[in-house]
Amino acid sequence: METKISISLNDFRTETRAWLEANCPASMREPVKDPFDLFWGGRNSKFISEDQRLWFERMLEKRWVVPYWEAKYGGAGLTPDENNVLTQEMTRLGCRKPLYSFGISMLGPALLKFASEDQKLHYLPQIVEGKIWWCQGYSEPNAGSDLASLQTKAIDKGDHYEITGSKVWTSYADKSDWIFCLVRTDFEATKHNGISFILIDMASNGVSTRPIKLISGKSPFCETFFDGVKVPKENLIGNLNQGWTIAKHLLTHERQMIGGIGETDVKKEVHSIALENLPVNNGLISDSILRNQISDFEMNEEIFDLTIQRVTDEAKTGNNSGALSSFFKFYGTELNISRHELLMAIGGSEALFWGENEKSDGDLARKFCRSKGNSIEGGTSEIQLNIISKLILGLPTK
Amino acid sequence: MALIITEEQKMLKDSASELFTAKAPVSQMRQLRDTQYTPFDQSLWEEMVAMGWTALTVPESYNGLDFGFIGLGQILEEAGKNLSKSPLTSSILLGASALRLSDNEALKIRSFPGVMKGTSQLAFAIQEGKYHQTTSFKTQAVLEGENYIINGSKTIVIDGTTANQLVVVCQLDANINLFIVDANSKGISISKKILMDAGTYADITFKNVKVPAENQLNIKLEGRLLLDHLMAIAYAGISAELLGICKQAFDVTIQYLKERQQFGVVIGTYQSLQHRAAILFSEIELCKSIVLKALQAIDNNDPKALKYAHLAKAKLGKTVKLVTNEAIQLHGGIGVTDDADIGFYLKRARVAQQLFGDYNYHLDQLAKLKGY
Repeated sequence: METKISISLNDFRTETRAWLEANCPASMREPVKDPFDLFWGGRNSKFISEDQRLWFERMLEKRWVVPYWEAKYGGAGLTPDENNVLTQEMTRLGCRKPLYSFGISMLGPALLKFASEDQKLHYLPQIVEGKIWWCQGYSEPNAGSDLASLQTKAIDKGDHYEITGSKVWTSYADKSDWIFCLVRTDFEATKHNGISFILIDMASNGVSTRPIKLISGKSPFCETFFDGVKVPKENLIGNLNQGWTIAKHLLTHERQMIGGIGETDVKKEVHSIALENLPVNNGLISDSILRNQISDFEMNEEIFDLTIQRVTDEAKTGNNSGALSSFFKFYGTELNISRHELLMAIGGSEALFWGENEKSDGDLARKFCRSKGNSIEGGTSEIQLNIISKLILGLPTK
Repeated sequence: MALIITEEQKMLKDSASELFTAKAPVSQMRQLRDTQYTPFDQSLWEEMVAMGWTALTVPESYNGLDFGFIGLGQILEEAGKNLSKSPLTSSILLGASALRLSDNEALKIRSFPGVMKGTSQLAFAIQEGKYHQTTSFKTQAVLEGENYIINGSKTIVIDGTTANQLVVVCQLDANINLFIVDANSKGISISKKILMDAGTYADITFKNVKVPAENQLNIKLEGRLLLDHLMAIAYAGISAELLGICKQAFDVTIQYLKERQQFGVVIGTYQSLQHRAAILFSEIELCKSIVLKALQAIDNNDPKALKYAHLAKAKLGKTVKLVTNEAIQLHGGIGVTDDADIGFYLKRARVAQQLFGDYNYHLDQLAKLKGY
């Protein structure tokens, strides 16, 4: 039985490899240097090259934009094993994702679990076709770590909701077509029980955005304002006041993304950068303190990757806790912060260069500053530790 | 290859857990200590032999089970959880592995049966100074006719006072050679040393000790190569025990946080303690992965086995200190009393993390392996 399966998987691998080699243009196999090297889709979407258009359209026709979704939702219905093979082969050839979209990584899984069949049939194929650029409206100026205290309100106006309030940290809100949003629909209930999950067209009257500049410079983040925005009732996902459950489910996916799970790009090893920059004596980096710190970092980095593998393998046998995503988010982001600390130390005074041209200057220093956000966005390290201690360790709350 | 243990390995782990919690829990270790530092309980050892654990890593061609080092690692982890004492590390993880790696067929055929029966116990004599290292040894073996003559001294030999055979690492010029030496040979003097884990170790001196040339473990095989392979096994095996210590010290501490009351609440409700516990949990998650990977690499003859073994011993050496230090602190006053068991975990951790090189040693080796 087992050999049979692996034989057909092997066939699938051979076919997949051949198809990718024949259909993925060479320029679509080059490493991504900028997020906008990728195709994001959307109403105003433009392909940056003919190759990019070809690659997207071929993958769309093959139904491999979101290959693991069912055919009726625009996918190819690949099994997890087949999807793994496809991902591995794409990584092996260096193929770019044909479409980069929060609709695939975040909204899609939530719709699949909580939306009505009509909603799924309406929204999921649009995601696959890259017709809508989605953004996420969760945090508010006064609801960060305490997300459930959010105040953006949706007032029931009979045939529609009227939405007033503001969101912050909405990535690419200024470029997005639609937003999936948490809003307060019950003002009497306890804070977790009065929240709903709703989809809003950013072209609606009363929606406006303002970009946020970070300590690292320009960023995709925006503030988003809703001033009496009319939203049809059918845009509500799941049950009224069930939004928190959906949000938690979605945050698990976001944490894994920020924690680095599923990342395919290969980062240069810190010790190789160190050897290019630091004095070396008898084959050893002369700064023995920095040498130790690099070795400790690389120890943890390598074992963290093995831990992703172990937990993924355990999940296949059904031995897995969802709360582990908090562990991955916590540890993965702290590791990335350590990495940037080391790169700054290795770079010495050269690493301090900021320059006047944001696009070309000060890459090290800007990335260092940006890394400081890693342990804050998607739930702070402290929030992740709270979740681990409550959900995994079972430590009591007062 | 999936980074998980198989059903069979899980069954072995469960039976080890059953035996150790029933027959060799921490209370037994305390009792052995309080009975003139008795090294181990002979009846437990006989039961372990009866379970087949001494044959676990012996190849089938020598009537062993050839079950692999992941299996042995599961037993060592369970022994670590219970602080169970037995010659499993000295005689099987180290001694039997030296034999397994040997290319001296006659010696293997002659020695394996007694080792598997548990009647012949091996101890591994390598360390000479205060620290573990494998680059050079002062203990010399010089060929004279049919025999080698060994001179030198070894320290911190695990179970060195109870073993009847010693595996001795010697060097002559650039060549490393390993021998099996009868512990009663003329010219050997053994002095007992009790370390902080209440374990029995030995300082051993060799003065013109005659060893038949047929007792050499490496014939055509380079002694250095044999030693490297053996070290990968030693680092991974001790790391498996350290993982057991981490897990148990952590579990006991979490339990304590849920029971101990101060200021009218259980102390586990305090966020400062919750976060420390969650950090320990995270570090132990990493430890689980690298111990399994290191054991798996040995079973698969992975050319990177030594690297993974260094990674395991480095990570476990660092983490076991963190976990047991925090375990004592989170227990508060009771944690520093001899009445509480948690102190035994601190003490065993300190010895086991030092054996075969601490975190600093392995971190340094890892950097060297990568060329910096």
